[in-house]
Amino acid sequence: MPPVPHRGGPNGANQGPVNFKALDKTTFRRLMSYLFSYKKTLLVVLFCILISSLTSVIGTMFLQIIIDDYIQPLMTQSAPVLTGLMKVIGTMAIIYMAGVVASLFQGIFMARISQGVLKTIRDEMFSHMQTLPIRYFDTHTHGDIMSHYTNDTDTLRQMITQSIPNLFSSGITIIAVFVAMLITSPILTVFVIISIFSMLLFTKFVGGKSATYFVGQQRSLGAMNGYIEEMIQGQKVVKVFCHEEKNKEEFDRRNEELCENATLANIYANILMPIMANLGNLQYVLIAILGGALAIVSGGQLMTLGGIATFLNLSKSFTRPVSQISQQINSVITALAGAQRIFHLLDEESEKDNGYVTLVNAKYTDGGQLVETPEHTGLWAWKHPHEDGTLTYVPLRGDVRFLDVDFAYEEGKTVLHNVSLYAKPGQKIAFVGATGAGKTTITNLINRFYDIADGKIRYDNININKIKKPDLRHSLGIVLQDVNLFTGTVMDNIRYGKLDATDEECIAAAKLANAHDFIMMLPEGYQTVLSGDGSGLSQGQRQLLSIARAAVADPPVMILDEATSSIDTRTESIVQRGMDQLMHGRTAFVIAHRLSTVQNADAIMVLEQGRIIERGSHEDLIAQHGQYYQLYTGAFELE
Amino acid sequence: MIKRLSACIREYKRDTILSPIYVTLEVVMDVLIPLLMAKLIDNGVDKGDLSYIVKMGLILVVCCIVSLTFGALSGRSAAIASAGFGKNLRHDLYHHVQDFSFTNIDNFSTASLVTRMTTDVTNVQNSFQMLIRIAVRCPIMLIFALVMAFQINASLAWIFLVVLPILAVGLALMMTKVHPIFKRVFKTYDKLNSVVQENLRGIRVVKSFVREDHEIKKFDKVSSQIYSDFKKAEILISLNNPLMNFCVYACMIMISWMGAKLIITSHGSSMTTGELMSMISYIMQILMSLMMVSMVFMMIIMARASAERISQVLTEEPSIEDPVNPVMQVPDGSISFEDVVFSYARHAEHPVLDHINLEIHSGETIGIIGGTGSSKSSLVQLIPRLYDVTSGCVKVGGIDVRNYDLETLRNEVAMVLQKNVLFSGTIKENLRWGNENATDEELVHVCQLAQADSFIRQFPKGYDTYIEQGGSNVSGGQRQRLCIARALLKKPKILILDDSTSAVDTKTDALIRKAFATEIPDTTKLIIAQRISSVQDADKILVLDNGKIGAFGTHEELLATNTIYREVYESQTRKEDR
Repeated sequence: MPPVPHRGGPNGANQGPVNFKALDKTTFRRLMSYLFSYKKTLLVVLFCILISSLTSVIGTMFLQIIIDDYIQPLMTQSAPVLTGLMKVIGTMAIIYMAGVVASLFQGIFMARISQGVLKTIRDEMFSHMQTLPIRYFDTHTHGDIMSHYTNDTDTLRQMITQSIPNLFSSGITIIAVFVAMLITSPILTVFVIISIFSMLLFTKFVGGKSATYFVGQQRSLGAMNGYIEEMIQGQKVVKVFCHEEKNKEEFDRRNEELCENATLANIYANILMPIMANLGNLQYVLIAILGGALAIVSGGQLMTLGGIATFLNLSKSFTRPVSQISQQINSVITALAGAQRIFHLLDEESEKDNGYVTLVNAKYTDGGQLVETPEHTGLWAWKHPHEDGTLTYVPLRGDVRFLDVDFAYEEGKTVLHNVSLYAKPGQKIAFVGATGAGKTTITNLINRFYDIADGKIRYDNININKIKKPDLRHSLGIVLQDVNLFTGTVMDNIRYGKLDATDEECIAAAKLANAHDFIMMLPEGYQTVLSGDGSGLSQGQRQLLSIARAAVADPPVMILDEATSSIDTRTESIVQRGMDQLMHGRTAFVIAHRLSTVQNADAIMVLEQGRIIERGSHEDLIAQHGQYYQLYTGAFELE
Repeated sequence: MIKRLSACIREYKRDTILSPIYVTLEVVMDVLIPLLMAKLIDNGVDKGDLSYIVKMGLILVVCCIVSLTFGALSGRSAAIASAGFGKNLRHDLYHHVQDFSFTNIDNFSTASLVTRMTTDVTNVQNSFQMLIRIAVRCPIMLIFALVMAFQINASLAWIFLVVLPILAVGLALMMTKVHPIFKRVFKTYDKLNSVVQENLRGIRVVKSFVREDHEIKKFDKVSSQIYSDFKKAEILISLNNPLMNFCVYACMIMISWMGAKLIITSHGSSMTTGELMSMISYIMQILMSLMMVSMVFMMIIMARASAERISQVLTEEPSIEDPVNPVMQVPDGSISFEDVVFSYARHAEHPVLDHINLEIHSGETIGIIGGTGSSKSSLVQLIPRLYDVTSGCVKVGGIDVRNYDLETLRNEVAMVLQKNVLFSGTIKENLRWGNENATDEELVHVCQLAQADSFIRQFPKGYDTYIEQGGSNVSGGQRQRLCIARALLKKPKILILDDSTSAVDTKTDALIRKAFATEIPDTTKLIIAQRISSVQDADKILVLDNGKIGAFGTHEELLATNTIYREVYESQTRKEDR
């Protein structure tokens, strides 16, 4: 198993509540830069928002014109002429239509931008993730990484599709309405400003309370769901131990706690709306009183009837965007926090590759010289450019040597000490030792999932640091103890080892791996679709497939990590034969969990705490009467 | 379904009823306010009557405060009611699942049970809150505002009746169009997630085969699909705004035109300016509430799926229940299978166990051997009545297991499951699942028997070592030994180990069996194993073959008579030949 040094460590921390101040402006700016790549569309959208916001403001002013300029004077006339009124209303209808059209286009274009940005971000995340070193995946839980694709992207979607246009149109509306209010009545405007400020203060108080309790609710909901998950997964054990009643008690306790937190959080969230709405109403009433008084006292000098009507509507139009902004701020903050986590992933350093030795198809000339050739010859060579400009070709043979290798996953905690070993082409090297002795670590170094701290690893006498990583990995096959299959047909899964393999090649590989027989028993044979990591297959069958997958790639060096879990004896022997056939003629590194499988190895390395303490063939080691002998006679357990 | 779910309201009935009542009162005030405002403008401002303005203003302020109070109260009640409803729902679900038999659990997958108890409950809880508050508020608002509008001026109010259907039809069309797209989007989302998840899980495979580009292509395909679907859905949804605006503006234009005309021609006798303003307020109220109704409607449709999934769990009948007059005492550890036929599904073609007859005496050690799918686990799971037989009967201590009190039976028949789990908590806490009141000495004793004591003592915190969820911080062999110790703590009359020492090395395995033989000789022990060495010294060995008894006898007898047994024995001993 790969070590997980930071289980729930630093990566756990980025799930917590986010401090607004911690979100530097760069996050916002960077997010905006994604939007700016749609410059033209964005301009259209902004223009549309401008039009539709202005329309609604003008619409409010329009009532005043009708009342003051037409209704009031015309009312007293005995034979009123309505053409003027008609014209005004006609103009208004046109303006309104423009507003409707603008909001139509705004929606259409905004959808294009927001989904485009999200796609770009998703794609960037995924392609960047492919370049990250294994260390990243070992130190971050899958749940955390997944949440970048789900939760974090979701909040971003909300922000881009809703919050940003909303904030923009709210801003425009506020400015326009403010100007309109000032024109209508400066005195009342001052009053509105004061009352809005007090409203905001109140909102902040209630909203703050609500936010605190929401955090509490989220926490107990998380704890609750975790408890449910653990217990339901162990439900059969619960039944066997008649632990139902006790579980119910514990559950009820947690449930009660969750209920309390949820109640508090929701109360504050629920009362916020009516309070805001009614404070708005209250303000409305007070303006009416104040405006009415002004109108009467000044005799229509400071205030007209139409003015009051307009101002009342304006004040409503002013309150709405203000409270909208205050609501949106929260979702902007969460979205920015999500964006920050996404950018964090995008900023993770990619796997470094300074290699320059590549793997090429080669052939021998008549003169016995090895040269590069474009066609597929089945013969491979390392193309090694040297500093003096010359090129040498070294045939790929599968000779691997470790020279005094030290390695640490974390600085200061060396897990491999002074490991030296050599595997000649075609040899089988087995690693034996307890969990944590460093078996898997050694194989992690051969394919450069991790880089060594000190010492050298040479592959066909080339320092592996000089070999380009993709080329190095192409030359190595791997069968892991936890088999990972992908959604797709059995054939697709085998072909994963060599994408341009023909069906015949895949079937031949399956036969070599001893997998052909069981595949033919599947309902659709090679075309059977596997889903959910091949969950329909038994552990043994999954292993056979992963052996076939490695076989089709046909690399000169194999790394095999045996499965620890128990498979029944018959399948085990089939798997073992498959493995043996795969290893035939290749250099093989085997991590053994059962001693029965290592006896025919050319050399067995017994590891203890990162050191090779014994090495030799099975017979040598038995004769030594050391650790291996103890293991063999069953005095110690391997796992 | 609704009946079963509404049964979870219980003690929160008061708040559930109060909330809509408060909401109604709040709405009444909300609707009254524009009306009173009209009066204030017409009789106060228009006529220049300052005292009337103040009087009316005060009434309005009171209205606002009343509305605010009821609004806040309804918010509070709704919060209490919905949180309580959610609590009761979770409670009912969890308690009901505790009564589930293994068959019931198998019917739902574990993952789906978890989603039902978490995400689905949250969905339903949220919709419940919407239902008792906003879903009440909007229609009432709609009706009241309409009534008021008609009261002010019926000849103008009919405009609403023209515009409303347009809006309603538009919203309905949009919803029907969007719904299938969203359904597809969510499916594609699942696909995207599974691509990422598979990639994460198989990252070592991806990297070793240098398949990064292949994976990126795969991802791009799904993400493009999401892009185009989501774009479509979002454009459809965004039509909402222009539609709404169109309706509001159309009403405004028509009402201002007709209202103005009416005021002017009648010289203010058929309608006043104040009334015109109120009318325009009602436009907003009516159309807004219609929109909210459509949103609530959408939410409830979405929550319906969750509600259905929850009620499926709640209405699932536990397939195993205590008998009416249960036997409360297990006399001894003898087991007998009498012509037992068993299948997991009721009408399966081939039974999993086919006419099994078996007699096991108290205190015997029985080994069970057989290939994958030979029904070894199924056989032993019938003994503590984790499943019920299809026909025939299983007797423990000479009494049919169906006659026992379940807890009595399961306390006497301890079983270590093949897929065993430890729970998060200390080692001590985990062991005490076997017996809550066990003393520390008893804990140590069972751990010694299960050969777990020595490694536990090597942990810095010993018996107080914290076990992570699923026991991920101990090795497979250690986990198995802890599970055995936990079962031993029950001091059962029958102990069943279902392949429970597979990860334990042969020597320790032998020590455990030796401890069983000397320390708990009277307990009947059933041991399922893959290794012949784990069972060869048992009193009798049962060879299962495809749901039938292949052979039953001692190691020597089976070697002599049973070919399957001999083959397996030879293949294993050849490999482990010293």
